[in-house]
Amino acid sequence: MALPKYTEPHYRIWHYFYLFVCGCVFFFLIAPLFVIFPLSFNAEEFLVFTDGMKRLDPDAFSTRWYKDMVYGTKNPWGLAAKNSFIIAIFATIGSIILGTLAALGLSSRHMPYKGLIMATLISPMIVPLIISGVAIFFFMAKVGLAATHLGIILAHIILGTPFVVITVTATLSGFDHSITRAASSLGSNPFNTFMKITLPLILPGVISGGLFAFVTSFDEVVVVLFLAGLDNTTIPIQMWTGLREQLSPTILAVATCLIVLSVLILVTAELLRRRSERLRGINR
Amino acid sequence: MSSEIQKILSTDGIPLEESLKKAEKKNKIKAFLLVTPLLLFLIITYIIPIADMFSRSIDDKMVTNMLPKTYKAMEQWDGKELPPEEVFEAFYLDYKILVENKTAGKLQTQLNYEKNGFKSVLKKLARKQKKFEDGNYKEQIMKVHKRWRNVEYWRAIKRRAPAYTYSKYLKGVDMYSNEDGKIVQVAEDRRIHRILWSRTLEVAFFVTLFCFLMAYPIAHLLATLPMKYSNLLMICVLLPFWTSLLVRTASWMILLQQQGIVNDFFVWIGLVTDDNRPEMMYNKTGTYVAMTQILLPFMVLPLYSVMKTISPSLMRAGKSLGATPAVAFFKVYFPLTIPGIGAGCLLVFILAIGYYITPALVGGASGTLISNQIAYHMKSTLDWSFASAMGLMLLTGVLVIYWIYNKLVGVDNIKLG
Repeated sequence: MALPKYTEPHYRIWHYFYLFVCGCVFFFLIAPLFVIFPLSFNAEEFLVFTDGMKRLDPDAFSTRWYKDMVYGTKNPWGLAAKNSFIIAIFATIGSIILGTLAALGLSSRHMPYKGLIMATLISPMIVPLIISGVAIFFFMAKVGLAATHLGIILAHIILGTPFVVITVTATLSGFDHSITRAASSLGSNPFNTFMKITLPLILPGVISGGLFAFVTSFDEVVVVLFLAGLDNTTIPIQMWTGLREQLSPTILAVATCLIVLSVLILVTAELLRRRSERLRGINR
Repeated sequence: MSSEIQKILSTDGIPLEESLKKAEKKNKIKAFLLVTPLLLFLIITYIIPIADMFSRSIDDKMVTNMLPKTYKAMEQWDGKELPPEEVFEAFYLDYKILVENKTAGKLQTQLNYEKNGFKSVLKKLARKQKKFEDGNYKEQIMKVHKRWRNVEYWRAIKRRAPAYTYSKYLKGVDMYSNEDGKIVQVAEDRRIHRILWSRTLEVAFFVTLFCFLMAYPIAHLLATLPMKYSNLLMICVLLPFWTSLLVRTASWMILLQQQGIVNDFFVWIGLVTDDNRPEMMYNKTGTYVAMTQILLPFMVLPLYSVMKTISPSLMRAGKSLGATPAVAFFKVYFPLTIPGIGAGCLLVFILAIGYYITPALVGGASGTLISNQIAYHMKSTLDWSFASAMGLMLLTGVLVIYWIYNKLVGVDNIKLG
């Protein structure tokens, strides 16, 4: 954003002030994430930068907290990671299937009561998590699914489907329905048409919705806090417990791993978004 | 006349109109069937349980079920003078069963809520009733404790007769219905819930305001910069968005602690002295700072998607017609971004009003919000009906905002990423 040469001085000052403010906001957004990274390599047990670290003394850094995370005695992270992945993967699959079907129905121009149904399907995203947590807990306790993996998976499907519905509906908004009609007129049955024509075209939307569902489940604490028993502990639950009781560098090691994971997810989501826009012919 | 107009027939001889209607209906059913699995799933596991919270929040059958005979006998009693012998007899019989089943404690606690001092009276009766003789229960009960002659205690029992109550909702706004059935406020030093409600609204409002003030310039920058720079900067918005909430809260806990980097910085620039470091965590400051950073992406993204569609030539046209940049901005650009502002503000406000994790971790006692109170009653006091009542009060507020959001923006216009 170079300024033209004829810009008057006070606009020039204003412009640099504006850039400075933007810089501060970007710093505010991103900088907190970078604090965790160096501190997770702290050789000491404190969560502050030691003098050694400030001098970049190699002895002040160590990977002991990562070792503790993986090999530590009676540490909960292994079980928590396993549970988190199992729950998130099944919740994602469930959300994708239910959400995509619903989005296909909602995008049809024949759909009755579209607004009402859409509002209902999106509601788990809008209702405060604490209320969802209470309601889902009452339900799961009644049907005997509290403190089970299945109960948590179902709860996360509830929370994840709105994202799939939104992203897939968005993808379908640029969808040319005449090509499915063309497929049918050429003798394809509805199932084949879906698998060979519709699905490949809406796949970026489905996957990015799936990513949202995955992250939602993987990061979800509030509902799991109500539902989980000792065997169902997840990474967020362990972090929550750790943060409440004692902030240890091991948590920072876990947090660093989670940041790396979110970078991977961000890259995937971004690539998918671009591909989807290219496929739909939206060039910006 | 009209009957003479020949109807257009489709190939199989059915009028086209009918055949079209049939096809439309078929399509309608098809579309609906696709939505049905998710809709049913949500209704059963989510919508009905939320509705069920309502019946839980007004449920007051416990006392009613414990004293069935008493309440039947009390139907005739007008509550002005001491009840007749039948009521005493019925109460004696009900209470005897409770004492034998060892569930009298619950009744004692519940009735003590209604009238202070009821517990000791009932406990004494539990001990003495074993020696009761048949008949003339009124005399015998009144002999056990003189308070049984006080009609207030009998009125307290009668007040608990209805199987439903709205007292939990009154409790949620620090009110209760007193002995005369009037709704009054609790003592001033015990009005904790009203403080929490107003604090929740205050935090949600200011977090929304801060988010807006910070998001507007950067969304503008992102929308006007050339693609290759803006993509890079967009990562700064999207990376926090995709990062675990707990990780972000943890980083704020590290930054804001007393020996943390923010305080180090303040000492370094000489804002505070080293032994006088301000407390920035476990109070409202921590809640504000952390929540603003965490919810900022939800404001940037809707603003950005609106600003992206505003053509830069509009501002140029304004300026070429003689407006100063400031006037051009406020008269041309700003009004065009209002849909984005509305979407972002409502989204952030809705998310902030129900926030739980961050206030619980960095908020301390003075920074906790209404959700923390709900969780407290769910997990610690186990007063689930009160938690349900407060949850529904919060939900009503959120649904009103959601309804406004839907009217203004439309739920199907929500954009992610």
